[in-house]
Amino acid sequence: MNSYPDWWKLVFGRFTLEAIPYHEPILVATFAGVVIGGLAVIALITRLKAWGYLWNEWFTSVDHKKIGIMYMVLGVVMLLRGFADALMMRGQQAIAFGANEGYLPPHHYDQIFTAHGVIMIFFVAMPLVTGLMNYVVPLQIGARDVAFPFLNNFSFWMTVGGVVLVMASLFVGEFAKVGWLAYPPLSGAAYSPGVGMDYYLWALQIAGVGTTLSGINLIATIVKMRAPGMDMMKMPVFTWTALCTNVLIVASFPILAGTLALLTLDRYVGTNFFTNDLGGNPMMYVNLIWIWGHPEVYILILPCFGIYSEIASTFAGKKLFGYTSMVYATVVITILSYLVWLHHFFTMGSGASVNSFFGITTMIISIPTGAKIFNWLFTMYRGRIRFELPMMWLIAFMLTFVIGGMTGVMLAVPPADFILHNSLFLIAHFHNVIIGGVVFGAFAGITYWFPKAFGFKLDEFWGKLSFWFWVIGFYVAFMPLYVLGLMGVTRRLNHFEDPSLQIWFMIAAFGAVLIAFGILCFLIQIAVSILHRDRLRDLTGDPWDGRTLEWSTSSPPPAYNFAFTPVVHDHDAWADMKKRGYRRPLGGFRPIHMPRNTGAGLIISALATICGFALVWYVWWLAALSFAAVIVTAIAHTFNYDRDFHIPAETVLREENARTEQLARA
Amino acid sequence: MSGSQNHSGEHGAERGEHGASHATLRGYLTGFVLAAILTAIPFWLVMADVLGNATTTAIVIMAFAAVQIVVHMVYFLHMDSRSEGGWTMMALIFTIVIVVIALSGSLWVMYHLNVNMMPMAPGDHPM
Repeated sequence: MNSYPDWWKLVFGRFTLEAIPYHEPILVATFAGVVIGGLAVIALITRLKAWGYLWNEWFTSVDHKKIGIMYMVLGVVMLLRGFADALMMRGQQAIAFGANEGYLPPHHYDQIFTAHGVIMIFFVAMPLVTGLMNYVVPLQIGARDVAFPFLNNFSFWMTVGGVVLVMASLFVGEFAKVGWLAYPPLSGAAYSPGVGMDYYLWALQIAGVGTTLSGINLIATIVKMRAPGMDMMKMPVFTWTALCTNVLIVASFPILAGTLALLTLDRYVGTNFFTNDLGGNPMMYVNLIWIWGHPEVYILILPCFGIYSEIASTFAGKKLFGYTSMVYATVVITILSYLVWLHHFFTMGSGASVNSFFGITTMIISIPTGAKIFNWLFTMYRGRIRFELPMMWLIAFMLTFVIGGMTGVMLAVPPADFILHNSLFLIAHFHNVIIGGVVFGAFAGITYWFPKAFGFKLDEFWGKLSFWFWVIGFYVAFMPLYVLGLMGVTRRLNHFEDPSLQIWFMIAAFGAVLIAFGILCFLIQIAVSILHRDRLRDLTGDPWDGRTLEWSTSSPPPAYNFAFTPVVHDHDAWADMKKRGYRRPLGGFRPIHMPRNTGAGLIISALATICGFALVWYVWWLAALSFAAVIVTAIAHTFNYDRDFHIPAETVLREENARTEQLARA
Repeated sequence: MSGSQNHSGEHGAERGEHGASHATLRGYLTGFVLAAILTAIPFWLVMADVLGNATTTAIVIMAFAAVQIVVHMVYFLHMDSRSEGGWTMMALIFTIVIVVIALSGSLWVMYHLNVNMMPMAPGDHPM
């Protein structure tokens, strides 16, 4: 750094050529792979002359369906990155015993477990859940798009902005070495002076803007745009859980933003909110971050509960058992999720009264969750169950999640938590609920709604293979961690002394390999399904004999979703319409008012990402410039009055006639 | 986008009842006068040192501030239990619940931590 002249600092901030990790063979190989892969993709797109198509039809699209699909693609791509981190960790822990130091030095290993956690929560689970909500909710409530279509596109690209920063940290500089929630004082300027922590902060801030706005958007959509007749207690359960999730997002993400902003101030301008001296208190950070963090896990799981509910009633061929109790359970979980955050830091030193209060509220939360499990069971009871892939995911979820829930209740007992805190038992517990709940839910949702989105079902054989690899792999990978955790092994270690532990880590690593096959089979499943799309084609728009409104349109739905806004009389509106012998209107179409695509969201997000990157590297001129550009572009966009257009009645007629023909062929 | 929805018939009729309540000059004036009074009294309490006790004065001012918030919400933000079909009120109640939980919870938790911590240096003492 000293050898660099002053002008360099002025232009490039604290960026130096040493920040490029060319001395790390693993990263160089990864970088080479990414560059070659990236060039191949770019070449392919150019060769197919698909840039214009991608830009016009996807990147600038304000169609909730396309944005939903883009979220899903983002989530799956990032799953590969996050899972690569997981495999590396499992590999390291399986071999690093005694004299063997393994292949990952501590500074690299620490970045990997931080990146794994951050990516899996913010850039895998969140996009998958948001993507499903984005795609399905407007269709389920009979709307033509979300309430604020431009905002939707902007939210997506802000999430991508966060992803870009995290990925950039791989090849330019480093990532944080502090664990996924970055507790100070470790994450403060004194102990983490590098750029890694700043990548973390700005990536989460930028992605957080997107998440919050998308929460506002979906709440407004659900509250204001339901089809006539669909009052709150006739909403599909998935829409209900989406509503509660987005309420949680809007209420909790500002807390995350505020907490990270305070930490940012500590790091950038030398305030002392979370330092050890001058009145600062690092424990306040832990307290605040978990006031966001606990609702966050419910943000992830609630929509998945919704997915399971839809699947249970569809594949059992009857109404969901206890719809009302399901709704109330969801609402109660929404509120209770704000009353349990301290269970993440029982050991921090609050007294017995505080710990027992939060221990009890935590145990109480298992009651509405348990009620849901019984509702699904009773929905299946005496149903005509079709044991297809989504149903298999549901069963696997119920078994796995109950185990995870029970270990969760164990952790909720403060004295037990003093033994298990920060141990691999905790790691096993939250992977148990997140994989068993959220990941299984996402796969169930993908399998269930894929035919709606693309017009053909997913291949069953590869799906089942992926299912079994995932489920068995999960148990093989995480049950040993329960054992190790009970023996007192703590998390985030990259080397062990006691050779008797090694066998457990080797079993866990084998489980991770099984899961890798599960992911591979999933990718093959998609490829095979695309190749065999004619055989798997769904002409009816209703391949599963569905019960909610999304199955009443064609697969994939037209841009306008519904030629006429449906009128709802009952919950499970589509099942009700089918029972009453509903007939599709074949004429009398009117022009449909739709929002127009815009590139503003992508441009503003790109500028925000540049701003974040500049702030990470202290390139102040670029940060100021790009921030000003963000403001100017946003204001300029408000002067764009060309925001809507009408789909002419003739186009609607043409599309609807095509659907009539399709239905005749089905 | 909501404009593109086919809000015909029954839905159109609902809108009139459930939309945000309309602002009136009278409402704004009432709000303004109440807000001014609620600001003037605390000002007077401090400047004239009426109560003679700093803690009591602070508590009373906080109470006036709370009333002030309600006045702003009712007269300037037009909150009532009917606007937007009850959603505004629902959102407000939820917000208050969450803020109260987060603030009181944090105070409680941090107070406990402080009490239970060993003094870090001479002169340090629990809050």
